[in-house]
Amino acid sequence: MLDQTTDTARRDWLSLLAKSPTGRARDLLSALDLSPSHELLRAPEIGSVMVRGRAGGTGAPFNLGEITVTRASLKLACGTVGHGYVQGRSKEDALSAALIDALMQTEAADHIADAVLAPLRQEMATRRATRAGKAAATKVEFFTMARGED
Amino acid sequence: MYVAVKGGERAIENAHAWLGEERRGDRDIAELSVAQIREQLKLAVNRVMAEGSLYDADLAALAIKQARGDMIEAIFLIRAYRTTLPRFGGSLPLDTAEMACERRISATFKDLPGGQVLGPTFDYTHRLIDFQLAANGEVAEAPSRETSADPVPHVTGFLNREGLIEEAGEGEDTPPDLTREPLEFPADRSLRLQALTRSDEGFALGMAYSTQRGYGRNHAFVGELRIGEVAVEMEIPELGFAIEIGEITLTECETVNQFTGSKTEPPQFTRGYGLVFGQSERKSISMALVDRALRWEELGEDNVGAPAQDVEFVLSHGDNIQATGFLEHIKLPHYVDFQSELELVRTLRKEVEEARAAADMANQVPEAAE
Repeated sequence: MLDQTTDTARRDWLSLLAKSPTGRARDLLSALDLSPSHELLRAPEIGSVMVRGRAGGTGAPFNLGEITVTRASLKLACGTVGHGYVQGRSKEDALSAALIDALMQTEAADHIADAVLAPLRQEMATRRATRAGKAAATKVEFFTMARGED
Repeated sequence: MYVAVKGGERAIENAHAWLGEERRGDRDIAELSVAQIREQLKLAVNRVMAEGSLYDADLAALAIKQARGDMIEAIFLIRAYRTTLPRFGGSLPLDTAEMACERRISATFKDLPGGQVLGPTFDYTHRLIDFQLAANGEVAEAPSRETSADPVPHVTGFLNREGLIEEAGEGEDTPPDLTREPLEFPADRSLRLQALTRSDEGFALGMAYSTQRGYGRNHAFVGELRIGEVAVEMEIPELGFAIEIGEITLTECETVNQFTGSKTEPPQFTRGYGLVFGQSERKSISMALVDRALRWEELGEDNVGAPAQDVEFVLSHGDNIQATGFLEHIKLPHYVDFQSELELVRTLRKEVEEARAAADMANQVPEAAE
């Protein structure tokens, strides 16, 4: 079994892959021209996850509604198992995520991290920063015109 | 009752063919793409996701296209699709305090940590038709500013520090799910919140408005309204730990309500809560007001008989798919039902006419004798 630090790293890349825009991770992976042989453990499957919120933000959980999620699992020829979970309904993306997850546990990890995960992380951070910047520009700066007292 | 009848297949096929053509409209006008709907009619997409109770923007945009812009029809399509999906599980409860806020306002505190962030709002627009949009839709890029790493805490959190607002309360880890078990009354708050978040926006708005106009008034302030993205986390059994499986935009509204105390509770502020998929501000505020109105019993308030206090009334009539299903079914063939009604009316009428004729005859007897 993987140790704690690896679990954290794996959690990070799986989360990144799950949230990445449709087709993006797949494109970055296919640009590498790797096609490692593998067998499917779980064919890509589209399903849903019930999202839960909390009353008052911090109180008792309640069911908010579902999101679509697609998952797949595969095994490389060396026996390494990869799992892919992606938001949305792209079976190709779930397969790519599973393949990337498997490769990240092999000697190809550094290469994949540089060529796939790093640009993905960068693009998503940029998108987020752009929106945060626009939000910041709509922050109200109050100034007092006149006070009613005196 | 309605009875299955055969026949009309060709008429139905032709009606559907014509529906397809009407959906397409004038072929000299460019066809609308699903991506255009997703990007440019985002608030419509948000509503379909919220009331369809399935967060998938591409699917909601397609449903809007298929339904020719009929929102309830689009929501119906999403609800039907949803039932075909296997459910992988439930997420960990969202942490809305970690939201990447694109809008965050408070009507109760001017200077609050994190500030008032207006975001892409219709507020302060003049509601004048913009003819430039018809002529030329190009827009300049919105200004940007340096961001700060300051936290954006929940407003109710700092009211809570003084003990002036009720605690949010605990509950079961696995809340009841009305998509799995039929709604039963009395419904606890988690079930009510689930029903409200997927309820019809117009219905929720009307109910909330009725409380403002005095039918179960609860003096709501918008303590906070925030819109932004939140990550969705789920435990993955094969991994043995939780990962983020997606990211969704949400609108959260917390109302702070005046409360003078009751038999069981001290004077304090109480809370109403709204949380809705997408940028859905009106719905979220409505949800919070109705949630608060429905809490009269647990807060020891009087039931003044207002519609918004009646949990059975609100929850049984807020779902637009249930409502439209029952409403629209009356246009389907009810030939047998109607035939029996027709027979009944004819019989009753005949009896009345016969009775009248007999009476007339009795009155006419003396005249006839003359």
